[in-house]
Amino acid sequence: MNATIASLRTRALRFGQRLMHRPRIDLPLAIALLVLACAGLVTLYSASDLDAAVIGGQAARFLLGAILMGVVSRIPPTLLRTWTPWFYAISTVLLVAVVVLGEGRGANRWLDLRVIRFQPSEFLKLSMPMMIAWYLHPRQLPPGWKDIFVVGVLVAIPSALIAKEPDLGTALLVAASGIFVLFLSGIAWWRVGLMIGALAGAAPVAWHFLHDYQRQRVLTFLHPENDPLGNGWHIIQSMIAVGSGGVFGKGWHHGTQSRLEFLPEHTTDFIFAVFSEEFGLVGVLLLLALYAFIVGRCLWIAANARDTYSRLLAGAIGMSFFVYVMVNGGMITGLLPVVGIPLPMISYGGTSAVTLLCGFGVLMSIHAHRKWVG
Amino acid sequence: MSPRTLKDTHGEARRFGARALAGFALIVLALGVLGGRFWFLQVMRHDEFSTRSQANRVHLRHLPPPRGLIYDRNGVLLADNIPAFRLDVVPEKIKDMDALLHRLSAVVPLSGDDIARFRQSLKQHRPFEAVPLKFHLGEDEIDRFAVNAWKFPGVDVAPYLTRNYPFGDEFAHVIGYVARIDDKDLAHLDADRYAGTTHIGKTGIEKYYEGRLHGTPGYELVEVNADQRPQRVLERVAPEPGENLYLSVDARIQKAAIDAFDGRPGAAVAIDPRNGEVLAMVTVPSFDPNLFVNGISQADYSALLKDPDKPLLNRALRGGYPPGSTIKPFMGLAGLELGFRRPTDTVLSTGTFYIPGSSRGYRDDQRYGAGTVNLMQAITQSVNTYFYSLALAMGIDKMDAYLSRFGFGAETGVDLPAEGDGVLPSPDWKRKTWNQPWYAGETVIAGIGQGYWVVTPMQLAHAVAMLADGGVPHAPHLLRATRDGRDGAVVPIADPPEAESAIKDPADFEAVRQGMIGVVYDPHGTTYTAGIRNGFPYVIAGKTGTAERFSRKGDEYITTKDKAFLAARHRAWFICFTPADSPRIAVAVVLEAGAWGGTDAAPIARKILDAWLAGQPASSLPPPTVIAGTAAPAAQAKAAQ
Repeated sequence: MNATIASLRTRALRFGQRLMHRPRIDLPLAIALLVLACAGLVTLYSASDLDAAVIGGQAARFLLGAILMGVVSRIPPTLLRTWTPWFYAISTVLLVAVVVLGEGRGANRWLDLRVIRFQPSEFLKLSMPMMIAWYLHPRQLPPGWKDIFVVGVLVAIPSALIAKEPDLGTALLVAASGIFVLFLSGIAWWRVGLMIGALAGAAPVAWHFLHDYQRQRVLTFLHPENDPLGNGWHIIQSMIAVGSGGVFGKGWHHGTQSRLEFLPEHTTDFIFAVFSEEFGLVGVLLLLALYAFIVGRCLWIAANARDTYSRLLAGAIGMSFFVYVMVNGGMITGLLPVVGIPLPMISYGGTSAVTLLCGFGVLMSIHAHRKWVG
Repeated sequence: MSPRTLKDTHGEARRFGARALAGFALIVLALGVLGGRFWFLQVMRHDEFSTRSQANRVHLRHLPPPRGLIYDRNGVLLADNIPAFRLDVVPEKIKDMDALLHRLSAVVPLSGDDIARFRQSLKQHRPFEAVPLKFHLGEDEIDRFAVNAWKFPGVDVAPYLTRNYPFGDEFAHVIGYVARIDDKDLAHLDADRYAGTTHIGKTGIEKYYEGRLHGTPGYELVEVNADQRPQRVLERVAPEPGENLYLSVDARIQKAAIDAFDGRPGAAVAIDPRNGEVLAMVTVPSFDPNLFVNGISQADYSALLKDPDKPLLNRALRGGYPPGSTIKPFMGLAGLELGFRRPTDTVLSTGTFYIPGSSRGYRDDQRYGAGTVNLMQAITQSVNTYFYSLALAMGIDKMDAYLSRFGFGAETGVDLPAEGDGVLPSPDWKRKTWNQPWYAGETVIAGIGQGYWVVTPMQLAHAVAMLADGGVPHAPHLLRATRDGRDGAVVPIADPPEAESAIKDPADFEAVRQGMIGVVYDPHGTTYTAGIRNGFPYVIAGKTGTAERFSRKGDEYITTKDKAFLAARHRAWFICFTPADSPRIAVAVVLEAGAWGGTDAAPIARKILDAWLAGQPASSLPPPTVIAGTAAPAAQAKAAQ
């Protein structure tokens, strides 16, 4: 009798193990993402003024993202590496197509294939770090000037195309995701310092190439009260929302700033302000801790990855994820200029949640193929 | 692969670990800064923001500026703003847009066009901004909606100013029209300046001077109660209306010119040669620009598109026609100025011209030729042979170089968008366009304004005006003065800077002018029989042109006098300026289907001159210089022989 129970127990255990093994899910990361998605839906439900259709749409996107994450997690990193140059080339060609024949409000960001409409710049958020990692994978690390130059070209081409759409915010994020790979590859600190110095020197030149509305945003950021009609108004309203939330917040669905329509785009770019108003500093710190945990877990997975490609890619995805949080948080608190970057997993709509979850799928695949010793 | 040192994988992993740690430290640092910022806002400044949030009952409302008005040179209103009402929808407040539109259309009829355009502009607005659904509501529609308004939260009737063009189709191709802002406009608009604006100049003056006409938007801070109903205005920054524009066109000349065409497709441009001011710019047929302002219906639009006379084509500005014989005064001038001919040099016209060593004949208009003619007679009688031989002697390159100084083959730079640039034929142009070599025969026919030649009526009018002013170019322009609001001072627009004259020797111009006077006054002149000189107090210098629309197959002469048959084959031109000795107006007229320039186009030009004359105060005119019958110019022409 005892023997049968024991054998049943081992069988059930093995079955459970296999189930857990099959989708190759990293549990800590998956749980953190689930908590984040739930927090996102709860905030969105309030920000959309209890609109069930909005929540349904967002949940559907999360579901699609989760399925894609599961699928991607089944692809071994070695296969991903083989596909990388193609993936990069195709997404860059799509970008060219957008610049040539795209459509969208004020800017050409969308490619309309009748069946689906999408922003090819979203693909670059993944294919850019993949490409740089692919390039650095077989080379002698830390990279010298020659490799740094090649990486610079690989980063610059798609970034310039995205900036031309014009979508400066996304262009900078895509460029950052590629540069993180370079940083993680162990490039010497003095070279990092030199390049930052060169960038600072080039800033006045870049200013010259900005569109008028982009310059305006930077100027507005510096002096919000000078622009009561446009973005200055948004920054001030957003800061009022955050500040009036206090330590414990006004409570779920009690944020007046969004409900009385003082906050612009309160379900998308400014949803963090709604969250801050309703859940206060305590909620914000918990949310930031959750983001920090996810990024930390990504870097942990990276450190245990089997080869250079996986290591660099996993690390860069994690760090880019953090940049989204930082840029959006900086924007709604008036630390950074207004750029249309959504808050990961919380902001409504777009392809961004789907792309993010695909990226985490890559991480899970890397985790499943981690090195077994050391 | 080149030989290289083995990858140090263990070292790499170690370095990566260190780097990842450094990265994580940076991230924690950045999160610390962000957390600190939240602490600063939510703890340190909580009281301040809390107060502001409670007092935050203030909404911001954009106030679009009234668009500047457009007047003619005498202050006649050409484009006006009139009050109207539209239906606005705030998308954020609508749960189910399809259902709303369905229910709403039972109260206010919504056409498929309205809904399609509304859906288009939904994409262009943020969800909290009001999007116009239907413009220019009728009174019964406003009443019906007012009764049912409670059923439609988020939908409002809003007053606005709509553009109105009192002259309808008369100025459609000059002023153009405004219409709803679309995706393409948004790409290059300053979103803040256009936040409350719904319409933008799409063509003509409305487009070219959009920057002057639009004005500066204002805003209102409105206090609202808990139900979001406005209670009072706290602060108001009034919008500044756009500049009012005074154009150089004269509505009376415009009207007279349109009437003179009597519906026949064509175009006319009249320019003041002293400064380049455009006095009239006419395209027949035209269309009613008011149709476009609040969205033209699909039926109206396709009717305009399908009309075989193409009313949407701006013939005066973009219509391209071979200039035919109207090029001869310019050719003659080139011959004199470049030293290939003296005014007294003669050529024997026998009816057919041959390039030496070639058997292909080039025809004169008169079957057996005009005999021995000098330049003046060649212009007066439009003798092709004179210009065939001149073109051949000059060669295409010198011809090009000189004629391009009169603006042929290039935009005149008139202050209107999308001007046509025509073709000044040259071997270079032919190689670029057709990738074919140039033949001598093409130089010969280019000498009489045929072959690859294309000019627009605006170009030819500009060239005539330049000739009339002794070769001094004045860029044609329509904007004469601006005025801020009703009380502001009228600020004249400075005339474009004067450039160097294209004519070196005044005697050369004099010879050409005498030839052009002969066209009107000499019994052999090509428009003598039309009698446009009769009863006009000043001497008119002119030139006819009858350009062929197709090249003829054979060598035979066409002897038919059937006007309909000829009209189907010909473009009829007339160019002129008057008074011949101190020109005040230069005109170019083209009829797309006219039998002869002299009999069909010239009378239209005369009616334009009459309308111009009627509008001139007597004190501003020089004393009349009537030539009795044909005496004076004919005598001069004889004396020159």
